Order: sequence, then structure tokens, then C-alpha cells
Amino acid sequence: MARAAFGALISHWLRHPLQLAMLLLGLSLATALWSGVQAINAEARASYAEAAAVLGQNRLTRIEAAAGEPISQEVFVALRRAGWPVSPVLEGSLRLGEARLRLIGIEPLTLPAPARQVDLAAGEDLAGFLRPPGLIFTSAETAARIGAGAADLPPLRRADLPPGLALTDIGVAQRLLGQPGALSHLLLDPAVPAPDPARLPPGLVLIAPEPEGDLARLTDSFHLNLTAFGLLAFAVGLFIVHSAIGLAFEQRRGVFRTLRALGLPLRALTGLLLAELLGLALIAGLVGLALGYGIAAALLPDVAATLRGLYGAEVAGSLRLRPGWALAGLGMALAGALISAGQSLWRLWNLPILAPARPREWARATGRGLRRQAVAGVGLWGAAVALWALGAGLWAGLGVLAGLLLGAAFLLPVLLAALTAGLARGARGVLGQWFWADTRQQLPGLSLALMALLLALAANIGVGTMVASFRVTFTGWLDQRLVSELYITTRDPAEAQAVQGWLAPQVSAILPIWSVEATLAGQRGRIFGVADHATYRDHWPLLAASPGVWDRVAAGEGVLVNEQLARRARLGLGAALALPGGGALPVVGVYSDYGNPEAQAMLGDAALAARVPAAPRLRFALRLNPAQAPALAAALTERFALPPEAILDQAAVKAFSLRVFERTFAVTAALNALTLGVAGLALFASLTTLAGMRLPQLAPLWAMGLRLRHLATLEAVRALALAALVVLAAVPLGVALAWVLLAVVNVAAFGWRLPMQVFPVDWVKMAGLAGLAALAAAALPVLRLARSAPADLVKVFSNER
Amino acid sequence: MNAKVLALLLALLPGPAFAQGFAGLGGSAEGFALPDPATRLTFPADHGAHPAFRIEWWYLTANLTGPEGTDYGVQWTLFRTALAPGEAPGWDSPQLWMGHAALTTPQAHFVAERLARGGIGQAGVSVAPFAAVIDDWQMLGRTGPGQDALAQLDLTAAGPGFGYDLRLTAEGPLVAQGQGGYSVKSAAGQASHYYSQPFYRVAGTLTVEGRAVPVTGQGWLDREWSSQPLAPDQTGWDWFSLHLEEGARLMAFRLRGASDYISATWIAADGTVTALPPGALRLTPGRTAQVAGRRLPVEWRLELPERGLDITTTALNPQAWMGTSVPYWEGPIRVSGSHKGRGYLEMTGYR
Repeated sequence: MARAAFGALISHWLRHPLQLAMLLLGLSLATALWSGVQAINAEARASYAEAAAVLGQNRLTRIEAAAGEPISQEVFVALRRAGWPVSPVLEGSLRLGEARLRLIGIEPLTLPAPARQVDLAAGEDLAGFLRPPGLIFTSAETAARIGAGAADLPPLRRADLPPGLALTDIGVAQRLLGQPGALSHLLLDPAVPAPDPARLPPGLVLIAPEPEGDLARLTDSFHLNLTAFGLLAFAVGLFIVHSAIGLAFEQRRGVFRTLRALGLPLRALTGLLLAELLGLALIAGLVGLALGYGIAAALLPDVAATLRGLYGAEVAGSLRLRPGWALAGLGMALAGALISAGQSLWRLWNLPILAPARPREWARATGRGLRRQAVAGVGLWGAAVALWALGAGLWAGLGVLAGLLLGAAFLLPVLLAALTAGLARGARGVLGQWFWADTRQQLPGLSLALMALLLALAANIGVGTMVASFRVTFTGWLDQRLVSELYITTRDPAEAQAVQGWLAPQVSAILPIWSVEATLAGQRGRIFGVADHATYRDHWPLLAASPGVWDRVAAGEGVLVNEQLARRARLGLGAALALPGGGALPVVGVYSDYGNPEAQAMLGDAALAARVPAAPRLRFALRLNPAQAPALAAALTERFALPPEAILDQAAVKAFSLRVFERTFAVTAALNALTLGVAGLALFASLTTLAGMRLPQLAPLWAMGLRLRHLATLEAVRALALAALVVLAAVPLGVALAWVLLAVVNVAAFGWRLPMQVFPVDWVKMAGLAGLAALAAAALPVLRLARSAPADLVKVFSNER
Repeated sequence: MNAKVLALLLALLPGPAFAQGFAGLGGSAEGFALPDPATRLTFPADHGAHPAFRIEWWYLTANLTGPEGTDYGVQWTLFRTALAPGEAPGWDSPQLWMGHAALTTPQAHFVAERLARGGIGQAGVSVAPFAAVIDDWQMLGRTGPGQDALAQLDLTAAGPGFGYDLRLTAEGPLVAQGQGGYSVKSAAGQASHYYSQPFYRVAGTLTVEGRAVPVTGQGWLDREWSSQPLAPDQTGWDWFSLHLEEGARLMAFRLRGASDYISATWIAADGTVTALPPGALRLTPGRTAQVAGRRLPVEWRLELPERGLDITTTALNPQAWMGTSVPYWEGPIRVSGSHKGRGYLEMTGYR
């Protein structure tokens, strides 16, 4: 019996392959987008964890200079001689052509056991590691990235290290980074008893191990954004599944009744349907996982580039299949299928054996539902506003977004019902009245798909507006900030000296670009030393400034901070900022600093030099007649045999910055497009569902003399009209979304606030796209209707359920 | 030979060049200076480091007694090993340093190890005033003018569960081992430069698991440097330094190889040295004990008929295992038989 019943149930799908395809497609797309995003996140997090575990930094206490400046090697020796079991570490960024290495210098003899990353005991590597020229350990991937740059480095050795990281002896690191005698921090060996922490010399602080690592915290917002996108795509995908399942249940009502009448227990029927559903979900889930893996693998290089450009975080460019996200993705597929089928299963459970079909009754019952939806929608908006007013931080920002979007989704059917009611009342002619009334009656069946379309459109408009606003601001900011004609990087202090001497008579200014790492208001960051020059006075983009700001900076009487630091540490003009070398200076200006996640400050050149140990000045910006720049660049390269990447002109730097920017949002754009595609599919699934049920409503019109072609046109117009109404609702929602993204989420995530700009042309494009999607979705049902055989329509009257 | 371990990190490098002998001491000595029988010891210069040689050590052991008559043993050693001959500034220095400190009680044995690079000031030896240091472990000379730089020493070290702070005063002269400080280690001619100060009177304080224990006793310092002290077939050694009750000292070692190589020095109470001819001393291992997964002789019989000596040595604590990066056995021993006394035993290369 069960087998026969199962066969009867399954045969439905064989007769409706499109429905089956919709169900599987919806579920596998939803799973794919979700698990793709999760796979990317998992890969990135694994990279951060690896990076955090480098040198056991997630387990070892470290000693740093209180103000974050480098520690002198003598301090290390003095601590050892005082019985502190410390090991020196020097970290720095080494630029090799286009590649950037995070170089870590260690001292293997004192290195605590948990920090031993590379097995130096194997072979003769220790002697090679310690003796000049030393060895550099990197992963194969990083070694490949270094490529020809390796010519200037000690021999490379393969090791299982996070991407972008290179490990070498402390002495080699000091030489390569041009910081002789300097250390970044000291690691404390937990295996050896240390003196009382109170006896730590002044100026040094003990830092507890960070199980998470800076990167994970810094990039949290980015991954949260990705997850939010994944969830949105998943929800939109579920709309498809919901309508496909709903249709399948609706169409099989007859079968259900027959099976029940034949004596199949309700429990058995429900069980069979559940088994069928889970089987389909499993298939769809597996397909979804495969697709998700593909999406993740395709997007990962962009994500990796984004994370590198935005956060300096290194993420492996290749994807590994991790059981975590794969199982979670499969679970989501099953859960999604159950959620989507819940309503249908519930109805089946409560279905009287001989229940008549009562579509209109059902439709009227939704009137009460609409009121409830309206209340829920308004409530959600209220919550969003309250959260915006009272909350703070990234989670609050995302909460505002969620409230805004969900509230709008709930309110959409209410709005459409009211609109169509109004239009029906205002319509002239009986056909017009019927058109709007019929549209209204279809709303309950279409509303979920329309909600999906609304969400996808609003997300597109909102994110598009944010990205475009960002791009306009960013480009303008680059123009302001990058005014020097040439930027050069020398290899060592001697060369820097020689280059400066040679350049002096040929250019109008040589502006050193140099910085030191520092802890600014408790955050890791950098301080730049700036020369007193018109380049800064006239162009540097200041968001807020005290009178005489540049004079005070040049005199060492004040400090400039970037917007990120100002916002996070709540540093207004006049606030005091503690600086390395002791004492604090008032903040005299705040500058915008897009694309940089770190805290940053600027101090007069001489003032900074007086506060910190001499740092090498290897990079310079040159001011000269722009027409002479190419010739000078060529002469410089010739004269000093500089590598080509050592001299960049303004255009190259701008192009590079913009490239980073574009890549940053490439992932967002891709996910956006995919979400819109899924929403189009949802609409298609819903329209197909409805089309099957609409013949009984259209047949009377046909019987009254309306031609099929006319009816089909009306159906197509209806799809367009609904899409247009949704677009009208999506534009303000998208703008609101963009505002929340720019003014709340970005500020929390990146620490900068951007002026919002609107781009109506994009909306028109979006409306066109939505119309196309609606037409495409309606095409098949409409064509079917136009080609219906008169017999089918006549049957409606004879078969009336 | 106070063959004391040495070997530092070389032992951590099981590369082909270092695979021979215990802790690589049988390796070749390319580019390094070799011990020369014509070389005469000169002080205080020879108290300092000899960077042209591959290995070197400042090796101090002390037999101490607490207020209730409890016996203790203390070891303080600074090893130098060179990755290349000579010295260079800063991190480029090829010199590596290793410190071992141990404290032995009848019930327990505490060990600590320190490693350091040369060239940066974390470890090293200076001659005037004498100072041998690694981290906060120090052997400092506090000698007046005219005295030998090692005549009076302050010695400190600490590790997990133990520490000590001792004052050492030499009550006899420095003693050149072998032929005027040239100590042969094998029939093939491997040798080292080797001298000792076996006459220290020691007083100070031990810290045993947080408890301070005042102690007094006797100490013995060995100084040795070489570039290849072991023949390729030699796998380890047994080394004795004995303070006999009547004031004489005895140094004896057996290098285990294809054939054993035994050498000994009799030091009279006044410091008069007699290098004993090969074969004069008989060394016989006795009762063994299971230590760190190996079986080692913790009782020995030493026979020196020409001095009427027939003694048995017994380990104060058979578990005096140095679980350092180069592992070995080193601990205080009691002497019984024809002569009474105490001393230190070192055993290396047991598998």
C-alpha cells in the first residue's frame, strides 16, 4: 500500500517536470548561495586562526612598549639578564615588487616551544637559519607570489605557514626591514618561571594572549556583511521552494483525497510526503553544496584581494572543503525545505477527507492575515527606528537593516492590496474593474514572490547606491590626497640619501613618507611624520580642523587623527591623544582616510622624529612640474638602477587604489546579481503556480467572449504592473537601506561615514530589469494560456470541483 | 675529561656532519683551531673564551651539606659552541651559548637549561673582571689584584623549583690536566686543552621548592676547549671528579669506543699533579639503575693500586638525569672503600 501510494505521489513530479525543476533549483540555489558564503567565511577564518596562531601568539603572553613603538634590543638583553624568559620578535611589512610580505624575525634559541612554527631541528636548517645570509621560510603559495623578488632575499625554504607570511632569523629581519637593533615585541616563555610582573621596567606592558587575533576582530564586519547577504539569498531562494511545494500540494489534493479514501492512514500519507520532501531536499542540498563550492571558489580570489586591500589580512586563495560549512549547508537545505513545506503539511494534516476546494474562501481569509501583517510590518519598522536611535555598533546597524527590510516585506502585500483596491474602484469599464479585482485576488499567492522581488530590488538599489556613493567620494578623496607627481621607494638608507641628494636641485619638494607603529588610544595603528609643505596645507582632506591646524602640526603642538580613530576613540578637536615618547598632544584636525581599517595619526616630521627611535625614511613623494615627471622617473631608474615598481607616478597610485576599491565590491556586486536572479526565479515559480489554478477564473471570461490572446496580454500586463508597483516600493526602501549602510553600518564596520548620493539612472535601469524579470517569469504561463485548447477551458465548467 | 656535555645545539642538528659520537663531539673540525701540545696555558686570558675552537665549557660542580647533614649536589655549566670559527658583531656572531644548572637532593633532581646567541650580550665570558653569564645565571669573579681571576667566585642560577646563590673560595692552585693542559682523549690523538680548579670551599644558600637551605661544601671547576675531542668511534664517556677526605683529588675518565680509553690525574692536597699513565686506573661499572628509559651504572669500582686506592662510588640520587636538549647523567656521588670522600659523576652516550 505504502509503496503504491508513494508511486502515486511521485508520479506527480514526473508529469510536472518543470515544477520539480523549480523546487530543486530553488532549494539548490538557496543552499548554494548560503553555503558558498559560508565556505568563503570559513576559509578566511581558518586563515586568520592560522595567522593568529603564528608564533603561538594566541597562547603566549607578550611584552610590548606601552606606546606601541619598537623595543630596543638592549631592552631585550637587559630583561633576559634580569631573568625574564623572553624571546625577541620583529615584525614588519616587506614590499617585493607588487607582493607584500609579512616578515617575522624570530630568535630560535629562546623561542618558547608553543611558538615553534617551523621545525628547525630537521636537517641542517638551524645552522643555515642562524648564519648569514640566513634562510626565509614561506609557504609554497607565498614563494610563488614573491617570484623574482626572491633574488634580493636569503634562500627560501618551504614551510607550512599562512599565506603572505615569511619567517626568518631576527638578525636577517632587522637587516631586511632596515631596523637594526629594533624589536616589535617579546614573547614570554610560559615554561620558565618569570619575575613578578610588577618588576617589569616602566614603559613596557604585558599583553595577554589573544585567542582570536586582530584580524578576526577587524574583519568581523566584513564577514557579517557576507553572511547577511547569504542569508538574504537563502530566504529569497526559499520563496521559490515555498511556491513550488505549495503548488505541488495544491495540485495533488485530488490524489490525497483518493489515497485517504482508499484507506491510507493520514499518518502514513504525511510520512510519505515528508520522506519525499526530505529526499528531494537532500538531492537539492547536495547539488547546492557543489554549486556553493563553485561559487566560493570563483569568488574567493576577489574576497582574498578585498581582505588584503582593506584589512591587510591574508587569506589563502584556494578553497578547501571543510566539513563545517558543508554539513551546515546541507542542514540549511533540509531545514529550508521543511520551513517552506510547513504550511502545506499543516493543511494536509487538518484536511478533511472530502474537503471541497475553496479557493475564494481561502482568499477571503487572508483579509484577516493582511491586518496582522500590517501590524507586524509597522512594528518591525518601529523596532528598527528604536534600534537606530538607541543602539550602537555593527549589530545594531544590521538589526536596523533587518527590521527595515522585513517590515517592508510584511507591508508590501498590504500596500499592494490597498493600491489594487483603489485602482479597481477608479477603473472605468467592467474589464478594468475585473482586472484590478482579479489582481487583488491573486495577491495572496504572489505576495511571497513579490516580497522576494522587493527585497532583491531594494538590496540592489541600496548596495548599489552605497557603492556608487563610496566610489564618488573615494575618487574625489584620492584626487585630493594624491597630489604629488611621483612616489619613490628606496631600498636602504644609503640609497635614500643618495637619491635625495641627486633629486634636490631637480624638484620643488621632496616629502618623506615615513611612519612608526604605535598604540593610539588603545588601538594598534601608525603615526606618520609629515613635512610642512603646501602639498598638505592646500590639499589634505580634513573633515574638521582647528584654526592654524598645519602650523600647529608643524610646530609639534598638535596631532591629526584619521576619521576611524576619531570615531572609535571619540576624539574630537582639542581632545588629548597620548603619543609614544611620553605626553599627549591635542587633536587639531580629523582627516578622512578611506580604505584603511587602522587607527592613524599625523605629526610634524621633526616632532615625530624627536619622539621615536630613528626609523629609516625610504619612501618619498616628489613635487615637480608634471610635464617633467616621466623624464625624471626614467632618469632616476637609470641613475640608481631602481626596480620599476620603486617609482610610481600619481596615475599609477590612483589606478592601484581604484583597483583595490573595485575588487572590494566585486563580491558584493556578484552576490547582488545572484540574489536578483533568484528573486526572478521565485516570481516565475509563483506565476507558474498560479497559472495552473487560474483557468477556472479565466474560463468564464473566455466564455463571455474575451479572446484568449487578449486574456494572455492582460496577464502579461498584470505581471508588469505588479513589478512596477514593487519597483515603486523598492526605490524608497533601497534608498533607506543605502542610508543605513552608509550612516550606520559603515561607520560601525569601517569607522568612516560617507555622504550619500543618489543615482536615479540606476533606478531606471533597475526598474527595467525588474520589468524584464517579471515578463520573463510570466512568459511561460502566458504563452500556455494563449495556446490553451478551447476544450480545456470548457472542461472547467464540467469539472468544477 | 670533564667531558661535559657541551654540544649545544649541534646536537639538535642530526645532520650528517654531526651524527658522530655523543652530541657531535666526534665530528670533523673544519676551519677550527686544533689543540696543540706546544700551547702553554696563560692566565687570565685562558679563563676567557677561545672562539677559534669549536667547543668550550666552564663547568662547576659542588658537593654540599645542609644543616641536618643532608647531602646536596649543585651543577653550573656554561657551554660555548661555534657554528663557525671566530667572532662577528651582533646577530651575525657564530657563537652559541648553553647553560645547564642542576640541584640534586637525595630525593629530587632539578634541572634547567638556557640557550643564547653570542654577539648581543645575552651570554658570554669576560676575563677582567671574570664573568661567565647566560641570562640571570652568573659566575662572577670578585678577586682582588694579584689573585687568580677564578680564586673567588659568586655563583647564581635558578630554574623551576630550585635556585642557588653560592660563594666559592679556592684553597689551592689551578691544576693543568694531561700534559701541561693538553689532554689526550683517544689513541688516535684527539685532544683538548683542559685545566681545573678542584679546591673550592663553598658556602651559600640553596632554594629547594621555595625553602632556603644554608649549605657548605666543596666545589670543582673544569675548563676545557677543543674542536674535536672524540674519535669517530667513541660514543660517550664516564667521568669522575673526587674530593677525598685526606685532601687529595682524583679526576678520571673512560671514553667508550672500539676500545676504551682511560685517563686519570692524581692531585695531591697541595696541588701537585700526577698524570696517571694509561692502564694505571681500573674502572668497573657495578649496580645499574633504570634512568629515563635507559640502564646506567650508578655504582662504580675504581682501583688505583699504585696509590693503594680501591673505592666504590654510589650515586646520591640515581635519578640525577639531565633531561636537557643534550641528555646525560650528572650527579653527586659518595666514595667508600679504602678512601672516603665525595665527588661528581657524569655519564654520557648511554642509549
